Amino acid sequence: MVIPEEHTLIYDGTFDGFLTGVFHIYELKLQTVIFQKPENLQESLFGNKVEITTDLEKADRVWKGIKSKTSAKGSYRLYSAFLSEQPQIETLLLKYIQQAFKSSRPIDSDFSNETVLKVSQIAKSVGREKHRMEAFVRFRLTNDGIYFASVEPDFDVLPLISKHFKSRYADQKWIIYDLKRGYGLYYDLEKVELMQLSLPEGFDATKTKSDYFTASELEFQTLWQDYFESTNIASRKNMKLHVQHVPKRYWKYLSEKLR
Amino acid sequence: MSFERTQEKLKILADAAKYDVSCASSGSNRSNTNKGLGDATGMGICHSYTEDGRCVSLLKILLTNYCIFDCAYCVTRKSNDIKRAAFQVQEVVDLTINFYRRNYIEGLFLSSGIFKSADYTMERLVAVAKKLRLEENFNGYIHLKSIPGASDELMKEAGLYADRLSVNIEIPTKEGLKLLAPEKNREDFIKPMIKVKNEIIQYQSEKKIIKSTPKFAPAGQSTQMIIGASGESDQQIMWTSNYFYKKFNLKRVYYSGYIPISYDSRLPQIGTDVPMLRENRLYQTDWLMRFYGFEVHEILNNEHQNLDLDVDPKLGWALRNMDFFPVDVNKADKLMLARIPGLGMKSVYKIIQARQFRKLNWDHLKRMGVALNRAKYFLVCDSRDFERRDLTGPQLKSIILQNSTSKYQTILSPQLNLFG
Repeated sequence: MVIPEEHTLIYDGTFDGFLTGVFHIYELKLQTVIFQKPENLQESLFGNKVEITTDLEKADRVWKGIKSKTSAKGSYRLYSAFLSEQPQIETLLLKYIQQAFKSSRPIDSDFSNETVLKVSQIAKSVGREKHRMEAFVRFRLTNDGIYFASVEPDFDVLPLISKHFKSRYADQKWIIYDLKRGYGLYYDLEKVELMQLSLPEGFDATKTKSDYFTASELEFQTLWQDYFESTNIASRKNMKLHVQHVPKRYWKYLSEKLR
Repeated sequence: MSFERTQEKLKILADAAKYDVSCASSGSNRSNTNKGLGDATGMGICHSYTEDGRCVSLLKILLTNYCIFDCAYCVTRKSNDIKRAAFQVQEVVDLTINFYRRNYIEGLFLSSGIFKSADYTMERLVAVAKKLRLEENFNGYIHLKSIPGASDELMKEAGLYADRLSVNIEIPTKEGLKLLAPEKNREDFIKPMIKVKNEIIQYQSEKKIIKSTPKFAPAGQSTQMIIGASGESDQQIMWTSNYFYKKFNLKRVYYSGYIPISYDSRLPQIGTDVPMLRENRLYQTDWLMRFYGFEVHEILNNEHQNLDLDVDPKLGWALRNMDFFPVDVNKADKLMLARIPGLGMKSVYKIIQARQFRKLNWDHLKRMGVALNRAKYFLVCDSRDFERRDLTGPQLKSIILQNSTSKYQTILSPQLNLFG
């Protein structure tokens, strides 16, 4: 019996890095593979370590290959599931890709296949978080004339919401900043770019201080809070349903819940 | 705008508008033009939820709560002793734009009490929408109320700026309307609805020839009925609803459980519970009609004038029609799959796609998310294991009820205890 050699692929955590890794797996015909990011690298006595340098050309070739073997929905699901950042998500996606390449017809709608079903379920959770961010982002107008929002999404969904906000707020500058992951989207009236902020010392993103935000900002927050209260029907109160729709972990950046 | 004045008006006029349950912001196709503000393509977004669990998608306000009518069921009726206020057109525009820019809302839902006359009121609603579109280049969602009795010309103009128009028929039966709102008659509600329907049809046919034809109410029309204020049966409600869907191509009919707001002897008294479970069953029936291929008379007819409260209407129908079951999930067509209790349309589509790869068994169905605790009695799949007893509807109903807990347990249990 031959025990297949285990390979640990160390990559930068980006989707392109992952795809480059997939390229190497096919090129070198690797059998048993684990993906790891340098920051949570575990020392293992056995197996070979391979450092993957992200190569956009290779990544693109793999991505094109995937797209030719799946529907548009299928490849979008794959990307969404990757953004879930779940432990060993790479292993699941690799399995999906290998099955998709092997199959003569697209496997995306085979919901009786465990891998396909799992990927579609994870993609669905990510999709739900994307939709929540489209709903729960609350912009505040800064003294620099930029509409600023801070978020801490469960999954890394900023890449998925960029287009939505760009086509909606085409005439205002805005920033959506992921405090958990330390990067944001910045729209400068022309294009959306990824950006990193060095936040001022002691900056509390849940507070609207006049050092940073315009004078009328607090007034609009107050009007919004008033509206939120007035539009409620007390005799139909249903806090269970309320919390189900607006889970508590999102409250700290929702201006209507700050009162 | 003066902050304090606006604040007070907003409190009064949002409070008065909250009984309109529509908050839909979907179904339009207005995209951002010329780098303006907003976009109303794609699905709607609920930006928040109130503590009663309802979606907050639009800034929903009345332009004014002054009203010349005295409808018993309405909180802004003339004889009610409440604070009155009125927004200026510019105030509504400013609030909408500033809320929208902060991603609080998808757009505006503007309704109004009727002051002076129907046309005078409608003119002001149209003025707000017009200003938002033409001066602010606003492409977000606008829902305007059609004021009963407003002229055809104004309704036509309204449709050019609004995504959706709605007129609430409020009381499901003519007799009920006569009792509770003697100054109004149904023809006044229907007239603007017909005008809008005809304009939409005309727009759709012109659009085929000239692509640049200006949009007309792209998200269509809706209406609302109050439930439990005038002693009507579920059959009367849903047959009325069906009539409006078919006759006026409505996008939505909303059902609003009556919330007691007065001591008028014609109405349920203050302190009476809001009929929330009944409302829920009516919405389920509405869904069965619109998405599941059911005809209204299959669910509600002279023999069954009211919906069961203890089981959902699809299960109720299945229990009365046991000879349709069991259904083979590996063979049945979409419409028959949709009739299996415990299967939603999402599961139906998954099944249809997945069964092209292999025959499905219980395990597959369970992992796809089918509610097997109900469905298992009504289907067969790739397994030798299935319900073999020849159960009657009532027998099966009691088995299913014993094995499930309804979220409405507290509402249901006092009634069940009567027979316990």
